[in-house]
Amino acid sequence: MVLNMGPQHPSTHGVLRVLLELDGENVVTAVPDLGYLHTGIEKSCEDKTYSQAITLTDRMDYLNPLGNNLVYCLAVEKLLGLEIPKRAQYIRVMMVELQRISSHLVWLGTHALDMGAMSVMLYCFREREEVLKIFERFAGQRMMTSYIRIGGLALEPPAGWREMVKRFLAMMPARIDEYEELLTNNRIWQGRLKGVGRLPAETLIAMSTTGPGLRAAGVAFDNRKAFPYSSYEEFEFNVPTRTESDCFARYLVRVQEMRESLKIVRQAMDKITDQGAIRSEAPGVVPPQREKMKTEMEALIYHFKIFTEGFSPPPGEVYVPVESPRGELGCFIASDGSPKPLRVHFRGPSFVNLQALPLMVKGQLIADTVASIGTIDIVLGEVDR
Amino acid sequence: MPQLADANASVVIERLRAWNPGCIAQIIEYRGETTIVVPHKLLLAVAKQCKEDPALNFNQLSDATCVDRFPNEPRFELNYQLLSIPRLARIRLRTSVSGQQPVIDSLEPLWPGANWMEREIFDLFGIRFEGHTDLRRILLPDEFEGSPLRRDFPVEGKR
Repeated sequence: MVLNMGPQHPSTHGVLRVLLELDGENVVTAVPDLGYLHTGIEKSCEDKTYSQAITLTDRMDYLNPLGNNLVYCLAVEKLLGLEIPKRAQYIRVMMVELQRISSHLVWLGTHALDMGAMSVMLYCFREREEVLKIFERFAGQRMMTSYIRIGGLALEPPAGWREMVKRFLAMMPARIDEYEELLTNNRIWQGRLKGVGRLPAETLIAMSTTGPGLRAAGVAFDNRKAFPYSSYEEFEFNVPTRTESDCFARYLVRVQEMRESLKIVRQAMDKITDQGAIRSEAPGVVPPQREKMKTEMEALIYHFKIFTEGFSPPPGEVYVPVESPRGELGCFIASDGSPKPLRVHFRGPSFVNLQALPLMVKGQLIADTVASIGTIDIVLGEVDR
Repeated sequence: MPQLADANASVVIERLRAWNPGCIAQIIEYRGETTIVVPHKLLLAVAKQCKEDPALNFNQLSDATCVDRFPNEPRFELNYQLLSIPRLARIRLRTSVSGQQPVIDSLEPLWPGANWMEREIFDLFGIRFEGHTDLRRILLPDEFEGSPLRRDFPVEGKR
């Protein structure tokens, strides 16, 4: 029998359609069908100046907008050969790590909901709300922040931000314990996840899988360690791994990653000084300060040029990989020396990781398909772009 | 040979030259990233060498994408980002594809993960991949006409 799952199925977390060929309760083949959320972001980027495209990146992986901002800005900064002040780099690290926690919280809550544990979602969203409040204070926006800009950050951290982040850091470890109490030793949770969606590490590598899915198979590959960006080499944290490579191992890896992220946020907070630049000095690329615009003619000219014509990086191509909550998020930009990019391509980890789904669910029960889709942790906005 | 800033890239170039002196058409260095330009016909062989040579061991294909240089000819450039997880090294392979005959060997036999990446390029640029097991549109509906990421396709779509 052929069963059509989605695109409006609640456990596909968006609009994924999977065609399941069944033999009784078992899946013979699964064929994912994508594109219901295709918005042509890569094409739109080609018609915008480099700085205009930042708001589009927010909308790809909508659980990780700061990470998307970061990868795009890092790529453009690499094209320009721009150095970013340390203070801005640390703030960036702090923000994307908070984002990683909030993204994993949404994953945990919705995945538990799929598996029938209703209440966990309420707990997870309670803490996620706290992260979003921090973002709102920093950027004025809860989700589509566009906070990270080319050359630095959009705004100075708000007054009282330290207390806010400190409160979150003090609260969070106990809350993660709470989720673990609810789930880790829960027999139903274990029964639904253990031994489900198992794939060997070699297969995952060959299928280009990255992120928690690969680390749950015993491969300690993390771009933050392997190819440090934004001063990650100065931070101390572990890369949690498991060896079972099933859905339960992926769950444990993600929970552990939240704890590691808290460590990084704490270190970043200590490194961020109260005074210092949040943008690099790059006339013609980074908008000048408001006061300078009123007193210096050059600043006014630069401001006008940036917002009308944009700036032109030298011709060439760069590929920048970062570690998003879902795996390797890459940004490839080709410049032809004009103020608009010739090509912008995002290597979305959701898109690539989803490829392994047919292998994961082959021969398994239909109910386990839901568990496998869940632990791949896809965001359809990024799959379809 | 000119000294490259990236020690890994020097190893790759050395090993590839030792294997087949004609397999590298050009080496581009830009902002610390090295791109090895490969002749169109040799792409699959070079990729195979990169994967199977134990000193290179590029066991994962991170990304594959295309750049359209319209109206230049050959207009398409394919960029493959290779990653070696054991060696923690990256390299980019590039080859060009002509606009009249947009066909190239698929890398799916080497890295099954190339499947969807190549389908995406096929879908959005209209480049065909020889040896691909399932070359269908992936993001756009099957009845869509044209290749929207080509430079001569209007941003606002065709009316």
